[in-house]
Amino acid sequence: MKDRITGRAYVLGDSIDTDQIIPAAHLVYSMTEPEERRMYGRYALCGVPDAQAGLPDGGVPFTAPDAFESEFTIVVAGSNFGCGSSREHAPFALQVAGAEAVIASSYARIFYRNAVDGGFVVPFESVERLVDVVQTGDLLDIDVRAGTVTVERLGETFLLRPLGEVAAILEAGNVFEYARQTGMIKRA
Amino acid sequence: MPGQTLTEKILAAHAGRERVAPGDNIWVDVDTLMTHDVCGPPTFGIFEREFGADAKVWDPDRLVIMPDHYIYTEDPHALRNIEILRAFAAKHNLEHYYDVGTSRYKGVCHVALAEEGFNRPGTVLFGTDSHTCTSGAFGLFSTGVGNTDAAFIMGTGKIWVRVPETMRFVFEGSLPPWLMAKDLILAVIGDIGFEGGTYRALEFDGQAVFDLSMEERMTLTNMAIEAGGKNGIIAADAKTEAFVRARTDRPYTMVRGDADASFVYEKVYDVSKMEPVVAKPHRPDNKAKVTEVAGTKLDRAYIGSCTGGKFEDFLAAAQVLNGGEVRVDTFVVPASTEVSKRLREESLPGQPGKTLWQVFLDAGCKMGHASCGACLGGPIDTFGRTHGTEVVISTTNRNFPGRMGSKEAAVYLASPLTVAASALSGVITDPREVLV
Repeated sequence: MKDRITGRAYVLGDSIDTDQIIPAAHLVYSMTEPEERRMYGRYALCGVPDAQAGLPDGGVPFTAPDAFESEFTIVVAGSNFGCGSSREHAPFALQVAGAEAVIASSYARIFYRNAVDGGFVVPFESVERLVDVVQTGDLLDIDVRAGTVTVERLGETFLLRPLGEVAAILEAGNVFEYARQTGMIKRA
Repeated sequence: MPGQTLTEKILAAHAGRERVAPGDNIWVDVDTLMTHDVCGPPTFGIFEREFGADAKVWDPDRLVIMPDHYIYTEDPHALRNIEILRAFAAKHNLEHYYDVGTSRYKGVCHVALAEEGFNRPGTVLFGTDSHTCTSGAFGLFSTGVGNTDAAFIMGTGKIWVRVPETMRFVFEGSLPPWLMAKDLILAVIGDIGFEGGTYRALEFDGQAVFDLSMEERMTLTNMAIEAGGKNGIIAADAKTEAFVRARTDRPYTMVRGDADASFVYEKVYDVSKMEPVVAKPHRPDNKAKVTEVAGTKLDRAYIGSCTGGKFEDFLAAAQVLNGGEVRVDTFVVPASTEVSKRLREESLPGQPGKTLWQVFLDAGCKMGHASCGACLGGPIDTFGRTHGTEVVISTTNRNFPGRMGSKEAAVYLASPLTVAASALSGVITDPREVLV
C-alpha cells in the first residue's frame, strides 16, 4: 500500500451496486488475458445512470468511450458502496480502469472484503460525507499514514476512518501474502 | 457471561473455540464451498496462481460446482466459462460437478444445494455468490465471498471471518393465504433499509417462520443480502431434518442459540396483520403496499430465480393463473431442473389431469429452461432480459438500475401471488382481488 495516493476524483451517490460498477453482461471476459482483461476498465461503472455519473453535474463517463482506462483514480461515493452481488469483478474493474482508492461513507461487506483480500483498491471510509463537498475532477491527495484526504480546490483536509485490522492485509498486498507472512500458509 | 446466538455458536465451533463475540476476527474451517460459471473460472485462476498449477483442492468432496448463470446463450465467452469448469472438474476429479448438457445439470445453485443435500444444519458454507445466504434456512452459517476468498478456501479449507452481530426478526401469528415469505422479507428490508443489516446476521424466528415450508424459509434467508446482511439464518427443526435426511446421509449437528443470547436489534411482526408488498424501482428497500401502487401499468411479468423460482412459487402462481390469460408478456423460468420436472408432472391440488406446466402454457406464459435467466440481465440473448423501457413485476430479488438488462427498465419486486395476479390484469394487482 502506498503512503500517498493522489489523483482526480470521480463522484457518485449512495448505494452504488455492483451491477452498476460492472453490469452482468460484461462478467464473461477473462480476468487474466490482457486483451480481454482491459475490457473491465472500459466498462467500469458503465451501469451508473447517466444523471448520476460524475456528480454534481452527471453525464460524465468514468471511462471515456473507446478508452480502456479512466482519467479518474479516486472514486468518492456515499453510503453502502458496492452493495448487491459478490462479483469480485467490481473492485477488479475499478483497478483495471486505473483507480487506486475509493472513499465512501460506508461499504457493503462483500465488496469491502473483495477490495481488501484481493488488494484491488484501498477502501477508505470518510468521517464526513464527502460526496457533498467534492466534485468530479477535483484533485485529491490521500495521506494514508495520517488518515486524511486534502481537496486541492477547497484547500481543506478531511479525516478518513482508520483502516483497522484490514490494514495488515492491504500492507501485505492481498490475503495470500498476509497468510504467508503470518504463517497461515507456506511460502510457494 | 451472556449466551451466544445461533450464528455465534456455529462460528465458534468452526474456529475451535468455546465462544466468540461480535467483532472478533477468526479463522474458520469450511465444510462446503460452492462456485458457478461466472466466478468459478477466475477463482480457479487465482487458486493456480497462488498455490501452483499442480496444487490440489483441499478436499475435493467439499467443493461443489454448479453452472447456472449463463447457460442458454450463444455468447462465446460465457460458453468458454463452462468449458473451463468442465476441464477443472476433470483435472481434479470432482464428484460434485453438475455439467451443462447432461442429466446431472441442476440449475440455480442456491436451490440445487438444498435439493442435493449440501445444506446441512450446523455447518459452514461459503459460495462465490451473494445469495449464498439462502442456505442459512437450514440452520447453518452461509455467506457469499469473492473469487480471492474462494481460491483461498480451495487451497486451505479456511477463511477469516469477522463475527457478525445478530438481528432477530420474530414472526408470530398465522399467515393469511394471500401472503408469502416474499412479503415478509420485503417488509423487513423496507423497515431496516438497504444497509440496515450490513455486516450483521439476520435471524428469523417465531412460530410463523417454523410454520413455513423449507422453500418458503429459503425466500427469507435468500434476501438477507438485500439489507446488507452477512448471513440469514433460521434454526433447524424437525421439518429441516426431514428435508435433509431425505437427501443425504452425511452428518450434521443441530445447533440452537442460547436462551440468554443478546441481539443488537429485535423486532416482532404479527403476520396476520401484514399486507402484500412490493419493492418499487430501483431499490429492494423501496417498500410500498400493493394497494398503494395498484393500477401501475406493466409491460412484463417474470417468475423465476433463487428467490421466486422454486416449486411452491410456481404452485402459488399457477393457483392464480389457472383458467385465465395473461395480459402482458409473462416469463416463467424454473430455478432448477427438479422444479422444471415437477411442473411437468404435478398438478394443482384437487385438479388432476392438467400439469402446472400446462396451466402456465394455457395462460399464455413463455416457458424457459432452468437457470438464473434474466434475474441478473446476463448476455444479450438471455430469455426474458429487458432491452428498453419495460416496466416489469418480478419474483426476483434485485431491482437495481440495469439489473434485468436495460438501465431504462423499471422493476417491481413482489411475491409470486402478486406477480401472477398482476400478469392477469396487466397492472399491479393485489392478490386478494383474485384469490377466491
